[in-house]
This record gives sequence, C-alpha cells and structure tokens, in this order.
Amino acid sequence: MTDRKTGIPPDHKIIRELVDPSSSVLDLGCGTGELLSLLVKEKHVKAQGIEIDDKAIFECVAKGLSVFHDDIDTGLPEYGDKSFDFVILNQSLQQVKKIDVVLKEALRVGRKVIVGIPNFAYINARFQIFFKGRVPVTPSLPFEWYNTPNLHFLSLYDFIEYCRKQKIIIDNACFLDKKGQIRLLPNLFAQIGIFVLRENKTDKENESV
Amino acid sequence: MADKDKSIGIVETRYYTFAEPPDALVLESGETLGPVTLAYETYGKLNSEKTNAILILHALTGDAHAAGFHKGDKHPGWWDNMIGPGKAFDTEKYFLICSNVIGGCRGSTGPASINPETERPYGLAFPLITIKDMVNAQARLIDHLGIDKLLCVAGGSMGGMQVLQWVVSYPERVFSAIPMATTIVHSPQQIAFNEVGRQAIMADPNWDDGNYYGRRLPVKGLSVARMVGHITYMSDASMKDKFGRREKNEKGPFKFGAAFEVEGYLQYRGDNFIKRFDPNSYLYITKAIDNFDPSDGQGLTGILKGAPTRFLIIAFKSDWLYPAYQSQEIARSCKRAGVDTIYCELNSTYGHDAFLVEVDEQTHLVTHFLQRVSEGVRET
Repeated sequence: MTDRKTGIPPDHKIIRELVDPSSSVLDLGCGTGELLSLLVKEKHVKAQGIEIDDKAIFECVAKGLSVFHDDIDTGLPEYGDKSFDFVILNQSLQQVKKIDVVLKEALRVGRKVIVGIPNFAYINARFQIFFKGRVPVTPSLPFEWYNTPNLHFLSLYDFIEYCRKQKIIIDNACFLDKKGQIRLLPNLFAQIGIFVLRENKTDKENESV
Repeated sequence: MADKDKSIGIVETRYYTFAEPPDALVLESGETLGPVTLAYETYGKLNSEKTNAILILHALTGDAHAAGFHKGDKHPGWWDNMIGPGKAFDTEKYFLICSNVIGGCRGSTGPASINPETERPYGLAFPLITIKDMVNAQARLIDHLGIDKLLCVAGGSMGGMQVLQWVVSYPERVFSAIPMATTIVHSPQQIAFNEVGRQAIMADPNWDDGNYYGRRLPVKGLSVARMVGHITYMSDASMKDKFGRREKNEKGPFKFGAAFEVEGYLQYRGDNFIKRFDPNSYLYITKAIDNFDPSDGQGLTGILKGAPTRFLIIAFKSDWLYPAYQSQEIARSCKRAGVDTIYCELNSTYGHDAFLVEVDEQTHLVTHFLQRVSEGVRET
C-alpha cells in the first residue's frame, strides 16, 4: 500500500493534506512517529504524541518528537478545551477500551479530529467470512484473531452511523483501497476510511441562548 | 551506543567561595550564610557563544565528582556511565558542570564547616537550608563561570528536585530540563523513611546534639540511616537478584550477627558511610528534601505556563520510593501548561537506583533530546 517512491503510506498522504500548515497536532497512539514526523517536516506543525509502547517511544524520541508515555484511554483530561487544532486517531480508535470517552475527549481537546479506521466490511473480508468461514485477515486488518490489538471491529457505515447518533459532524471523509482514494461503494471497496470530525456546537449554543 | 569504557580521565574538584559577610547569602528562612563555598567539577569545553553548558545535579549523598577519576582513585565519579566522550552527556559536545550543594559535606559549606563567628564547626548552629537555597547558591556559581543560560539542567532524585527548582526560580536561564525519578513534593511515605534515618542518627549517644566534631562520631546512627536508605533505593526483584537468601561464608559467634548476605551488605554499606558523609549533613539535607515544595502546594501548571523550557521526564516502573505517578504528575503539569515535553517510564527492575544504572535507554533518550534542544538553541 505504501508509495514505492516516497515510502509514505496512502493514509498518511491523505492526512497530510487534511492538516493545515503550522497548526498544532496531538497524535493519539502515535506509534513510532512516522505520521507525526511527516507532518512536522512537511507541514511544520507543533506536534505532540501519546503512545503506550516504550520501544515505539524510543523511535519517536530519535525522530525528535515530543511524546508522552501514556494510555490514550486515560491520558487526555489534562488538556484544555480546543488546545490543539487537530487531534489524530489514526488506526488507534479501534484499539481503545472506551470509544465513547476517547472520542468525546478528542473532540473536546481538538478543534478537529481526524480518525482513520480499518473497514471490516471490505469486500475481501466479506469473502473470507462468507466463503471460507474464517475471520478476515486483510492489509488493513493484518492480524490473526489471537494476536490482534484491535478491540472493536467496525465497518465504515458503522462509524458514520455512530457519528450521526452521537451528533458528531463529519466535515470530510476519504476512502482508500490499496491503490489510493476511491469513491464508489466505499463500505464494500475501501480498506480504510479517514474522517474529519468536529463537535456539534450548535446544540450547546442553542441551549445557552 | 556510547562506548562505556571511554572516560574523560583525571579530573579535579574545584571550589568557589562567595557571599563573604556582610554580603552573606540570604536563605529562604530569612537567615544568612556566609562565606559560602561550593564544590564543583567541570568536564568538556564551553563554546565561544556559551550555549553548550549543562548543569548536573546530584542526589542526597552524591557530590561534585560525577565523572572521570580523581588522581590515584580506582573508582570513577557517580555518573561516569552517563558523562564522558560519546556518552549521553557528551563531553565532546557539551560543557558539563556538576555542583555540590550547601548543607553538604563534600567540599561545600555545611554543618561540619567552620562557623566564622565561633571558629568552631557550625553543628546545629547551621541554619536550616532548602532546595531553593541550594539552587540560589548554584546560580552564583553559574554566574561566576560566566554562563548566562544553561542548555540543560539534569539530575535524579534530589537532583531532579533541584532541576525543578531551577526551572521555577530561573526559568529564563534554562533551555531544557531533565528531571529523573523525582517528585515536586515528598509524600508522607517518603518523609517517613527520612524521619527514620534522622531518628537513628539522633538516637546515637555520640550524636550529642550535633556536637560530635573532634570526638567519637555517631557512626552507628548514620549507619542505620544509610541501611534504611539502601533498602528504599532497591526493589524486591533487585534484592532477590543480588542477594537471594544466600548466607554469608563466615559467620561470627554472635547470635544476631549478619547471617544473610543482604545483612552483611547493608551493614558494610552503613558502617562505611561515615568515611564520606557527615551525620549532621544527613539531617539537614533530608529535611530540605522533605520541605521541598516549589509551587507551595499549587502544582507546577501555573508556574510552567508560557515557560520556554523543554522537558524530558524519566521515571522507572520498579521505583517504589519515587513512584512513576509522581513523575506523571510533573508530566501532567507540563501538559496542562502546554510545555514541550517528553515523558517516558522505563522498564527496569533496579528500583530507585535505576537512574544510576539503566544506561542504554537513558542514553538514547538524553542524546536525542539534547540534540533537538541544541538545534532549537542554534535557531534562536
């Protein structure tokens, strides 16, 4: 899936376009810091990561990134409202224990939240379940049932429906298959969905009027 | 990784004396102290812009001799594995200063020093000192060395407290801070362990209200204090690893002599401590540690807001004397204040001693952190 010339994965490329230059970014579950360091180099963002794995943190520090050794399930209450322009949850939301809490906190802390999730309803995954009767293993869901860090399995439609119910505004959505962005029947053909979310402010504002 | 065998070679402790009366140093208590001598060592070279100076601060019983060898000594300074050519605090890149503290007994003015008014050792006439007083004295040393801004202040345990105090007292003078295995305020448990140490010293009949200089010393009291200290610096796992339940080869006839290796070790360490540490200094310094509270109970957030200092905070999972939650509290204050911070909790079984032992991981973190801070300094 990674661009052979630049070595940049397509989801990182999309997020790079979604993030404004010189903005402040909090990456929740930043891993080894590939995405954050791309954003620092090319978009000159003020970056902060949160990561639980110490080996990954060492790699972040070697890339010159600021990172907190913390659990994203509990690591956000200290941040003030809208203290970051962007909060990123790329391929990490499905691994947190309390989706509700983490997403709500991310929307509080960030002006915008970028969420990247693997699509469990990708055609190849459906094929593996339906015909083979096996739990799917796909490029965006590369783990076996016994070693997956994913706690939640969802499709792109599941996530869109969740946002509708929670009154979270989806400003933008991009869908990716192995070659790049697609538009046709994303819940069937996309491996990854990337959403730009923000809090539904009008509800609160109306209440206060 | 750093070449652990590389050393900066022979080094010497130097002394800076200032605050001669009537310009004595005004302490936090309002009392004055003067003249004041600080013992310190330096390694590496200060660059022409004076932007590569790093101040290293030591723990309770440490001293100015952090790296290299004193002439004729077999053992290097206490942080030699972290300071030297190609090491975490690279003496080929940075100018390192390690300063002792006032109240101490390793070349700086403390209760064993001569009181100019009586021409006898101060003893308990020595004023109570605080971590802030220690740092104010160090600031005079840094002035004397002609350094306006420090690239970094770094240290573990009480050294970490001095680091935090430096950031609070002189925010405009520190580009970055590395507090390790430390806290912004002592917990009741930490105060309790220090109190046992102090009571052991004061219960020794030789202590005599601190007037033991030139007479029999309160060796046993200090020894028990040191034994308690050593227990708190290790972990259950590191003790099991080091001693197990192994028994000593030679046992004396006394029923309650040291039978297990761990007993022998603690007794040996305790009994030898008098050779390098003054019991009254132990009282004064542990009190300064217990009283440390740079934010007056308010937390660091307000103080750090808008601070230009970058942080690298390191804690250790097996450290039960300075548990990781205390470092997390510092990290949280940094978060709230929007300060550029790295926080890392290292997996180590060595307990509180880990900051002196876990070289590889600390070296990785410190090296990259300092590199980034240096780049930031060059850009400004």
